[in-house]
Amino acid sequence: MATINVNGRSMKVDASPDTPVLWVLRDELGMTGTKFGCGMALCGACTVHLDGAPVRSCSLPVSAAVGHRITTIEAMSGTPVGKAVQTSWVANDVPQCGYCQSGQIMSASALLAKNRKPSDADIDQAMSGNICRCGTYNQIRAAIKQAAASLNGRA
Amino acid sequence: MAGFGIGQPVIRLEDARFLTGQGRYVGDVDLARQAHAVVLYSPHPHALIRSIDTRAAREAPGVLAVLTGADAEAAGLGGFPPLFMPAVRGQAVGFRTLRPVLVADRVRCIGDRVALVVAESLAEARDALERIVVDYQPLPALVDIETAAAPGAEAIWPECHGNVAFELRHGDPAATATAFERADHVVSVRLRNNRLIAASIEPRCALGVYDTGADAWTLYTASQNPHGVRTMICDAVLRVPQSRLRVIAPDVGGGFGLKTNPYPEDALVLWAAKVCGRPVKWVASRSESFLADNHARDQVVEGALALDATGRIVALRAQALHALGSYTFSAGVAPIETALKLIPGFYDIGTLDVSTRAVFTHTSPMSSYRGAGRPEATFLMERLLDEAAVQLGIDRLEIRVRNAIAPASMPYATPTGMVYDSGDFAGLMSACARAADWSGFEARCAASARAGRLRGRSIVGYIEQGGRFNDRMELRFDPAGGVSVVAGTHSHGQGHATTYAQMVHEWLGLPLEQIRFVQGDTDQVPFGRGSFAARASLVGGCALRLAADAIIERARPMAASILESAEADLTFAQGGFQVAGTDRSVSLTEVARAAFRPSGLPVGGAVGLEASGSWAAEPPNYPNGAHVCEIEVDPETGEVSIDRYTVVDDIGTVVNPMICIGQVHGGLAQGIGQALLESVIHDPDSGQLLTGSFADYAMPRADDFPAFEVGFRSTPCSTNPIGIKGVGEAGAVASPPAIINALIDALRSQGIHEIEMPATPARIWQAIARHRGDRA
Repeated sequence: MATINVNGRSMKVDASPDTPVLWVLRDELGMTGTKFGCGMALCGACTVHLDGAPVRSCSLPVSAAVGHRITTIEAMSGTPVGKAVQTSWVANDVPQCGYCQSGQIMSASALLAKNRKPSDADIDQAMSGNICRCGTYNQIRAAIKQAAASLNGRA
Repeated sequence: MAGFGIGQPVIRLEDARFLTGQGRYVGDVDLARQAHAVVLYSPHPHALIRSIDTRAAREAPGVLAVLTGADAEAAGLGGFPPLFMPAVRGQAVGFRTLRPVLVADRVRCIGDRVALVVAESLAEARDALERIVVDYQPLPALVDIETAAAPGAEAIWPECHGNVAFELRHGDPAATATAFERADHVVSVRLRNNRLIAASIEPRCALGVYDTGADAWTLYTASQNPHGVRTMICDAVLRVPQSRLRVIAPDVGGGFGLKTNPYPEDALVLWAAKVCGRPVKWVASRSESFLADNHARDQVVEGALALDATGRIVALRAQALHALGSYTFSAGVAPIETALKLIPGFYDIGTLDVSTRAVFTHTSPMSSYRGAGRPEATFLMERLLDEAAVQLGIDRLEIRVRNAIAPASMPYATPTGMVYDSGDFAGLMSACARAADWSGFEARCAASARAGRLRGRSIVGYIEQGGRFNDRMELRFDPAGGVSVVAGTHSHGQGHATTYAQMVHEWLGLPLEQIRFVQGDTDQVPFGRGSFAARASLVGGCALRLAADAIIERARPMAASILESAEADLTFAQGGFQVAGTDRSVSLTEVARAAFRPSGLPVGGAVGLEASGSWAAEPPNYPNGAHVCEIEVDPETGEVSIDRYTVVDDIGTVVNPMICIGQVHGGLAQGIGQALLESVIHDPDSGQLLTGSFADYAMPRADDFPAFEVGFRSTPCSTNPIGIKGVGEAGAVASPPAIINALIDALRSQGIHEIEMPATPARIWQAIARHRGDRA
């Protein structure tokens, strides 16, 4: 048994210490918004926040998450940055199949939480770990800029 | 219908769930008492199975079933035939295979399915899988098409000599030979289309349920075509009536052709669900996806162009070898046909002689992947045109404009059996060149040179074929007056919930919020063929148009009754019926509600209001366009950066420009991936797969692309009532030659005239170094 903090709530989970957080979220807690893509931290589909920083939950053992705050896509509507990102994602027609978008939004909102004026290079740097096979990269770049503008009170 | 109708950039109605983690993909579906399945995949590209010992696996903790090919035979399960062979279009009969759900005797590719383990948990299933002992006798493998097609190569299927399943040919060999003899100029190329994998971020997955009382199954599967899955599995594998299988394809995380047709795992979970009396779920790992998904492309082609002194094409010749993999599986025939038929592009080429051979190899079966033959065809024609322009000293835009089919020549029959209905190809290329500042290139090139970088550019034209087969759409009102679009097509990223709603809004005047979208469930959708080959806009859109027209006619008697008027006096506009010459009117919503009155038969005779429409892609449509690309190469590292990329497409009527631009971007990302990054590689000696993860198979990422400039310049299609042309494949078709031609343009000064895809920095650097060595 371990106790982890997910989206501000303390959760008791019955998983071995090396179980990746991804499977604790999906299989034990029924939170399926976080997706499996590769299991090797190479595609970004499983991105969550650990104390606000983007991490690949497929490669993060649950033991390493104890004592830290995990935030998932399910909680993003409740944060100003997450809300701004979701709103600009819709306005810029970002999603296609949608599968990688939980991870994209988690990476984008982590970027915007610490950098309210990201350059193209900042965006590429923050987002290049998240693969989108539908090729929504241009739209993601535009949406991040729009979300930044809105957070800065210019939209 | 300004605002939300056809042509408006309506934001997608389906987005909210994808942005909040509420999308529902097959992997997100868990059922009570669900067991977990894993598949034992062949580690050998070619081997005899001497024996399979499953005793230890059966005794492992938590195991519910261990199934092998012998069990499948005993259970009477059939194998997968190809979806079709070329004979259906009057071409060669060819050699076809049946792919068993589990292989009992001889594996012919890495990833051939050998056994299935079902256990209480995934971990237990994986542990038990390790305990299966298969005694393989490894045999030499032919993983390369040229080796497999070489004289004397061992037969991969004993009855198929030479490993050629079929040969296709178009044209007039005698006339072509004569034209080549008389030509002023001949250029030739030899090209390889690298083997790719779709690698949707959602891996393939399936969940099978068996209802003992009803003796019927439900399959949740990540599919582009649930009805096609039902037909194949019921008819070929389970051999049961189609009414006994319900297939549900909910949200699907990317298809790109990969998920067009069923795989063995779809049948295996259904069989296992009956054997175990439990729902059985299977999800591919990423390594299993690389091993066992269909692959695509893998073609070698030699082509030549004959031209007169003015740069007019007089003839074209090509011979190709195109891989089938180990089985004629799924839609594997389709790309091979298309790669041949589309070679002429939108150019008036006089005569031609083109042929291709479909070659078995000891690799994963090949099937459709975004473009499905169109990129191969376009790559050949556009590489040849660049070589011709260089040899003749003609500008590369000019040689294309000179040879493009003129609008006045429409309809234009190609020597490969297609009839183009519309298009202004020279106009498109000129427009794209202007948009890309074609004439400002020299200054940018000089600036690059001052920075020690090599700049190159390209212009390419493409035409492709959108739409295939027929389909069915339905409009169904509910008692409150809401309407459901019941789609035979399947959206897995294309935004159909939005675009179909825009169409219904345009034609029936109903507000978007009153329009619901239903797809992906064989119990809710009477019939359909799913989405592939850029077909949904044409067959789905036109079928929906007919359904909407039928709704108006079915509603008319009731409307006349409500308005106490003659049917002939009613006109339909803006969502309702009006009595001509009066201010009396009734909305379609009110008419629909009236059709659900409880007593007496409604006027018109039917309770409720619904109608279906059907459309066939005969003829299909021909989307076309032009791409201009400018790249820079760092000669010291071989690194390529795409500086600007401009597209002008003719996709006929644009239903939703935002969604269409997204489709073009997606195609560009995949085509540029083919040109610069992606390659499925097998070791030529061992036949082992060397690219089995995202660490080895280079996927395009955010920092690989510039901002794309995409514009539309439409000539409506003349053979369908909406004027629509497909958009799904477009970007992937023209981008490989656009990138490679620009790259070669940059490298010609270094003495380089060809480069193989993917043009990685290592490959470019080696080519530069080799030629420097030659000159030294």
